[in-house]
Amino acid sequence: MFHIYCPYCEEYREEEEFHPKGQAHLSRPEDPDDCSDEAWGDYLFFRDNPRGIHHEMWVHAQGCRKFFNITRHTVTYEILETYKMGEQPTITAETNTARPAATASSADDRAATEVKGAQGVQA
Amino acid sequence: MSQSTKQPNRLAAGGSVDRTRTLKFTFNGQAYTGHPGDTLASALLANGVDLVNRSFKYSRPRGIVAAGAEEPNAVMQLGASEATQVPNVRATQQALYDGLVAYSTNGWPDVQKDLMSWIGKLGAPFMPPGFYYKTFMAPASMWMTYEKYIRKTAGLGRSPSEPDPDIYDHMNRHCDVLVIGGGPAGLAAALSAARSGARVIVADEQEAMGGSLLDSRDRLDDQPAHAWVTTALEELAARDNVTLLTRTTANGYHDHNFVTLHERRTEHLADSAPTIEGRRQPRSRLHRVRAGQVVLATGTHERPLVYGNNDLPGNLLAGAVSTYIRRYGVIPGRKLVLTTSNDHAYRAALDWHEAGHEVVAIADAREAPEGELVEQARKHGIRVIAGSAIIEATGSKRVSGARVARIDRDGFKVVGPVETLDCDTIASSGGYSPVIHLASHTGARPTWNEEVLGFVPHTVKGVTTTGGARGVYPLADVLADGAEAGAVAATAMGFEVATEARHVPQATVVTEGAACALYQVPHEKPTLRAPKQFVDLQNDVTAAAIELATREGFESIEHVKRYTAMGFGTDQGKLGNINGMAIAARCLGKSIPEVGTTVFRPNYTPVTFGAVVGRHCRELFDPERYTAMHQWHVEHGAEFEDVGQWKRPWYYPRRVNGRLESMHEAVVRECRAVREHVGILDASTLGKIDIQGPGAREFLGRVYTNKWAKLAPGRVRYGLMCKDDGMVMDDGTTSCLGENHFLMTTTTGGAAAVLEWLEMWHQTEWPELDVYFTSVTDHWATMTVTGPEARKLLAEITDIDLDRESFKFMDWREGRVADVPARVFRISFTGELAFEINVQANYAMHVWKTLFEHGDKYGLTPYGTETMHVLRAEKGFIIAGQDTDGSVTPEDLGMHWAIGYDKPFPWIGKRALSRSDTRRTDRKQLVGLKPRNPEVVLQEGAQIVFDPQQTIPMTMVGHVTSSYYSPTLESGFALAVVKGGHQRMGETVYLPMVDGTIHEAEIVGTQFVDPEGARQNV
Repeated sequence: MFHIYCPYCEEYREEEEFHPKGQAHLSRPEDPDDCSDEAWGDYLFFRDNPRGIHHEMWVHAQGCRKFFNITRHTVTYEILETYKMGEQPTITAETNTARPAATASSADDRAATEVKGAQGVQA
Repeated sequence: MSQSTKQPNRLAAGGSVDRTRTLKFTFNGQAYTGHPGDTLASALLANGVDLVNRSFKYSRPRGIVAAGAEEPNAVMQLGASEATQVPNVRATQQALYDGLVAYSTNGWPDVQKDLMSWIGKLGAPFMPPGFYYKTFMAPASMWMTYEKYIRKTAGLGRSPSEPDPDIYDHMNRHCDVLVIGGGPAGLAAALSAARSGARVIVADEQEAMGGSLLDSRDRLDDQPAHAWVTTALEELAARDNVTLLTRTTANGYHDHNFVTLHERRTEHLADSAPTIEGRRQPRSRLHRVRAGQVVLATGTHERPLVYGNNDLPGNLLAGAVSTYIRRYGVIPGRKLVLTTSNDHAYRAALDWHEAGHEVVAIADAREAPEGELVEQARKHGIRVIAGSAIIEATGSKRVSGARVARIDRDGFKVVGPVETLDCDTIASSGGYSPVIHLASHTGARPTWNEEVLGFVPHTVKGVTTTGGARGVYPLADVLADGAEAGAVAATAMGFEVATEARHVPQATVVTEGAACALYQVPHEKPTLRAPKQFVDLQNDVTAAAIELATREGFESIEHVKRYTAMGFGTDQGKLGNINGMAIAARCLGKSIPEVGTTVFRPNYTPVTFGAVVGRHCRELFDPERYTAMHQWHVEHGAEFEDVGQWKRPWYYPRRVNGRLESMHEAVVRECRAVREHVGILDASTLGKIDIQGPGAREFLGRVYTNKWAKLAPGRVRYGLMCKDDGMVMDDGTTSCLGENHFLMTTTTGGAAAVLEWLEMWHQTEWPELDVYFTSVTDHWATMTVTGPEARKLLAEITDIDLDRESFKFMDWREGRVADVPARVFRISFTGELAFEINVQANYAMHVWKTLFEHGDKYGLTPYGTETMHVLRAEKGFIIAGQDTDGSVTPEDLGMHWAIGYDKPFPWIGKRALSRSDTRRTDRKQLVGLKPRNPEVVLQEGAQIVFDPQQTIPMTMVGHVTSSYYSPTLESGFALAVVKGGHQRMGETVYLPMVDGTIHEAEIVGTQFVDPEGARQNV
């Protein structure tokens, strides 16, 4: 269960108080009537499904009822930042390429001898 | 008869059991005794019970193997009564109490004479992996029949068929450092963290904290190790910032350091939780811990070696042998042979020898074993056979011998003559696997560490792994590592950890020789023909099964797992996984890290549903919402319907001639009352949203499909709401209360979602609109007075002018009703003259009762949701969510009149209505259906076809969305969606039913009663 920092309440609260609302930063075309069917279909139905950094919109439904965005790593589930509606993320897939997908950074890798190919299958 | 003869395997001294007190228990109906301090497993071993279960697939006899959570065989059914049955309890984790009743989970008719065991005796060729699927595959339709009987012969316990008398708790907790595991690493971590002032929780799954120190031969500060455990626990218990939880298993590590701890609070005391001072104690408690930092000190599981008949009772883990002797004063046999790949396991032989029993030999797979423990064994005159291993156990229901031979580990073959040693117990050790289950729950893949011959966890943020769990084994190192881990965790939480806070006791240093890698022991015969060599005892997976799986092309370890069931179920691969991966690797010619590991999932050990559910059951399962008039409905015999969380009156059956009306009779009566006289409905559950601000009107125009620019104060309008894909999501009326003030109503079930929807569009797309939304559903109670006599009735108790010319249909007025402030809306969901009276909820019961005081002479009749449905459907009024399903546009509903295509702002859903798909003429469209036979009430959900002669599969062209009997029409009628339905008026459609009958119906308009709308306008 996620522990989410609400940028409006300025507190960490349990996931139970929030609703996920899907991909963030989707903008409704300014003039829908000027959109091709394909462009409108893209806006309606097509969403990113990245392995790694993802920006999502959530709402503090059982709290302040404010919508906001989070930057979350879809492999580690780490929430890297939350920010208010209208703001831009400071962490993006482009700025974060150095980060390995399978592990969050950790200095605590003391005895582990890394062996290549140790990755199993996600099931 | 003395106790010792009753418990033939109980040692005269040693261990922490209280021999002065005796506890009685039964196992498979047989009475036994044990002592306080025993587990069910240690008591069974003390009584010489070899056979505790039958295996899952082959029904082979099985005995106790381990002493902890990793026990695969002694999985018990507990419970003295039907209501207190608990399946899947490991005997090694169940403290003994007086009166405990346990049964084996497998074995029919009983565990001694198992009818299925012939299958096990016939051997692997008859039950290869996939046996059931391959054998019982044809015909496919029979699988369900086969499965019923197959399940009966297997299975791991059963659930009780009577309600559980116990209660269960949930508790939310927060801490700076959560230490999981109370062994040497965990206690050291807890001490260093606690001394810094951090709030610490220590959870340990055993009856007492201390882990391996409880049965250790090592000394700490020149004291027995358990003495230091006592000191450490005293220090921790004295601190306010420390919570110690014993009998508490960390079963799941979830996101962001959320850990579920399952504390068994009374399961060690009695069959059902005791009552203290009149209060029943919770049987168990689920701690939901949000930890700042987690220290995983989960230790190791010893790996058994894989050799022939290694599942016979009498085969134990070496460490378990030590635990039973040293902790419980129980010796599980007379003559021991140890087979090992490492020094550490020598402790079992030394403990056995010191207990006064014979150690026949130690078969050590290493060519030149050397180390302090090896020397001690030799000094005691124990025969050490180097370069060898037990290749096979002999015996039928208990080990009677061990076949030992020289082996070539690299060549995987037996290279010397086989010597058969006479013994009744075999202890084996193939090394130690770090317990990485919780670390794996994070999704982080473990990595193979060749030095410790095990997978070690890949640490993630906020987690520190320490001690055996990360492959640190010597006790002195474990203590130091634990203290460091606690300090790291506390420091990460902002606490200062002084040097002296990291103080740990001085451990005796025992030099150990290097272990060798040995998993499956070679046999003279090839694996497929050798006696069964078990890898996963609980799921009956053999080395041969894994070899066969790789031969059949299953190369991924995840596929091998699913094909053979290795590591499945409640066992989660605790003993078998590494051996299984090693065997798969050997068969595939790969290394273990290349083969990789499978995923471990929560829960680590089985958790009862009671603990998962906690207090969220029965009346506390989900909140129930009552309207202000609820008590009246109850007193007047209403049957209730759940709508969302609301309890709504469904219908009000009356007693007629001493008999209670059926729903049909009540609904017919209620419908007639509304159409002929006057009825009243409690409509308080409708969602109500107060919308205010200069941007309110513009906002409404954007979220509704129809026009709002000119709605004047005092007027009401029906509104239809779409998503941006053009599909109807909700509907309701919105009233203009003032130029910048509106009251929106929503469907009962859609209220919360609609409010969130409005907020989302306002906050994310149109923050420039100055508008505010407030839910006022609970503030206002709503009663609908409807029927030809409605005006006369209401006029008696209101100061509002109800004249039909000044208070028109779709107007609302403010005034007083029954002497309280009210808003009265002239809107109709029945097609009759109707007034919806809104008053503050606190006044509602008064107003409702006043209406009845005046209503008797008009035949005022309360009606429920069922009658409401019939009346609205007769008028063709839709219910969003019943007649729509997220694939229906306003045009599909025939509601063109509610679409403002020429509104200036591109409102939500508009653009989608001109997509090619929404313009199709053969979309499913809402129509009315009139059954040819008026007595037929069509089934809601029934599929519609145009051609009843078509062979199956028929072309389905729509379905019934609402269907009722109409007392007004004296006929069944329905609403339905039919492809191109609007152009098919008068055509006949067919509804084939499951029983073979085919109903005929005519497509008609959706308004069955008063299509001109004259009755609501009087």
